[in-house]
This record gives sequence, C-alpha cells and structure tokens, in this order.
Amino acid sequence: MVDRTTQVTDDELHAYVDGELRPDRRSAVESWLAAHPEDAARVAAWRAHSELIRVRYGGVARNPVPAHLDLDRLTRAERKWTWLAAAAVLAAFLVGGATGWFGRGVLEGVPSLAAQTETAEAIDAHKLYVSEVRHPIEVPADASHLLPWLSRRVGSTLRAPDLGTFGLKLMGGRLLPGHSGKPAAMFMYESTSGERYTLYCARSAAPETALHYSVAGPVAAVYWGDGDVGFVVSGPADRDRLLKIAQSAYEQLDRRITRGNS
Amino acid sequence: MSGFRQDVETSIPALRRYARALTRDGDVADDLVQDTLVRALRSEHLFHGGDVRSWLYTILTNLNRNRLRSLSRRPALMPMDDNDAADMAGPEAGGRDIERALATLVDEQRSALLLVVLEGLSYREVAEVQGVPIGTVMSRLARARAQVKAFLDGERPALRRVK
Repeated sequence: MVDRTTQVTDDELHAYVDGELRPDRRSAVESWLAAHPEDAARVAAWRAHSELIRVRYGGVARNPVPAHLDLDRLTRAERKWTWLAAAAVLAAFLVGGATGWFGRGVLEGVPSLAAQTETAEAIDAHKLYVSEVRHPIEVPADASHLLPWLSRRVGSTLRAPDLGTFGLKLMGGRLLPGHSGKPAAMFMYESTSGERYTLYCARSAAPETALHYSVAGPVAAVYWGDGDVGFVVSGPADRDRLLKIAQSAYEQLDRRITRGNS
Repeated sequence: MSGFRQDVETSIPALRRYARALTRDGDVADDLVQDTLVRALRSEHLFHGGDVRSWLYTILTNLNRNRLRSLSRRPALMPMDDNDAADMAGPEAGGRDIERALATLVDEQRSALLLVVLEGLSYREVAEVQGVPIGTVMSRLARARAQVKAFLDGERPALRRVK
C-alpha cells in the first residue's frame, strides 16, 4: 500500500532540482529518493547535465561584449537607417505620386533580420543572372504560364509590373530557392541599352515595411514588405532611378492588393 | 543613462549566453541579440515596468522562433566528429556532447531548459517568456531532460561498440 503523503511526482523531482519545490515537500522528496535509487539516479543525471550546460555556455557571458552590440552604436545605426528610409520615401514622394506612401504608416528603423536576409538573397540572384548572356531567364515574358506558374510556386498571386515608362521591357522570369529554400520568383527587365533590373518576390515573415534602400557595390536594392510578400527591386546603383522604378512597381503591385485581382 | 537603458545594457552578456546556447552558433546568436536590442530600444515606450531582463528574453525567444520557422526547411548542420577518441578523452568532451544533445531538442523544450538551468529563471518567469501556463513549461522541461539523458546515455555506448 502506497502512502499518499510520501508519493512524489516527477514534477516535484524537477522542482527539487531547480529549487522550486515547496519547502514542506523537501523531506518527502529526499526520503523518496533515498528509497528509489532509479529516481535518485535520474535526479543526479539532470543535475550533471545542468552543470554541463552551465560549463559549456557560461563563458559566453564573461566574454567582452562585441562592439556591434554597443547600445550607443545601435542607437546611432538606428538613426541612420531611419534617415535613409525617410530620404528614400521623400525621394519617391518627389518623383512620383505620393499615393500609397502615407498609407504605409510610421517608418520603421533598422529593417528586420528577415528583410535584410531577403534583400541579400535578391541581390545575389540579381548579380548572378543579370550577367548571364545566354539564359538570364527561365521562362520568357510571352509565355502564358509565366505568372500562373510563379504565383503557384511562390504561393501568392504575382504580377509583373509594367516598367515601360522607364524604357524597361519584361524579359521573363525564373524560380529561385529563396530564404530557407522557400520558392522565390524573379522577374527581369531590360532596356534597349542592355541595362537590367530585377524584381524579386517571396513569401516573407518580415513585417510590412516602407521601402528600404541599400547598396552593395555596383548594385543597389529597394526592399518593401506588403502583406505576406517581400519585394526587392535590384538594379545598378543609380539611386534616383532605382527609387523611381521601385516606387512604380510598388504602386502597381499595391493596386493589385487593394483593388483585388481585376 | 536611463534606468531602462542601463538594465538593457547589463542584460547583454546573459542574452548572448542564452542566444548562443539556443542557436549553437556565435554569429547567429549575436545577430539575434542585436535584433533584440534594437527592438527593445525602439519600443522602450511600450515597456510598462516589470523585469527588463525577462522582457528581453521574451523578445529574443520570439525572434528565434520566427527565425526557425523561416529556416525550417534548412537541414540542420551538425559538425562532423573526425576525432571522437580525442573528443572523449579531452576536457571538451562533455561540452561537445551536451551541445549535440541540445541540438536534438524541439525549440520550445530547449528554450525552457536553458532559461531554467542556464539563465536561472523561475518556472513562472519562463511561463511568461514563453507565453504558456506553468504546467506546459514543466512538461517541456521534463521532455527536454528525458531527451538529453537518452541522447547522452545512448550515444556513448554506441560509439564504444564500434571501436
């Protein structure tokens, strides 16, 4: 017959190890362990494993904090990003209709990790395929399955904006392994002089954002998040032109969302 | 410096420790810490008292969850052991093993275990950080410990057997 007052649960054993046990249960648990060697061995193992974890990682907290995690520095970086984003919006406002931009709400500062990663992947894809002579695209613009196919793979209704006012003609698109292997679509545009721009679209966990401009050497990109899709327009690092193009793409794609798929 | 900012600053070493154990990758960990700090500084006005450190753990835990969700299809890269014998003999042996044992845990379980044993949070604080009832924290902790024990009990004999 089990004495109910001395019955000890697993939860209590964990609480005992973690110093969370009610004080009035301490002696009951200790007598239980004395009488149950298997439980005592488990408790000893849990303690040993906790110690291994503390030994393994404890040193990290004793190391000096790297400079890029310095709060003053982060605050400065935040201001810089906010300024860049504000400048980008202002530029977009000056060159195009302001429609939509104010609807974006308050500007964010530093873009989220997801947004930064997506931008980096879009720039990589841009660099790789823009220089491709023979096969820059996978499916040509005149193929009727281009948009349905990419939309289905990416998981969102996609449209390729018309960038004819910038002298850019849609060449076609391709499917890419995006962030974490999720399908991403890339549309490529070309001017008569051979200048190429890409629009990268992928389902994104990043929050909705206003546009963020970033430069990577000769290539620049503008990122924005809309609904559950992140967009990146990449092209030559001519800031004014890229912002105008991104603004136009944004307005056309936003229209799709606000007015339905008509 | 404001009290809030000061509290954030003094929490950085512990946040790095937690992030490192959670992700097992120094660079990813510091990225997470940086993102956590930026968000914390940006939303200082949303913080209405309470424990800054727990709040930071909450932000970091959520950011890591988002990160894992987006990485979910990436194969987990585990360092290959090219020298298990030396590994077993050396003082690092236990460290490498516990690292691999933690790698086998489900994210929520690893987070619960680390917050309790490494960061010294109470069950109640962990429940707040994870946004679940205490009972859930305890079952995550129990599963985590059972899994770590099974991994460490199981793997060593298997390695010895092939020698």
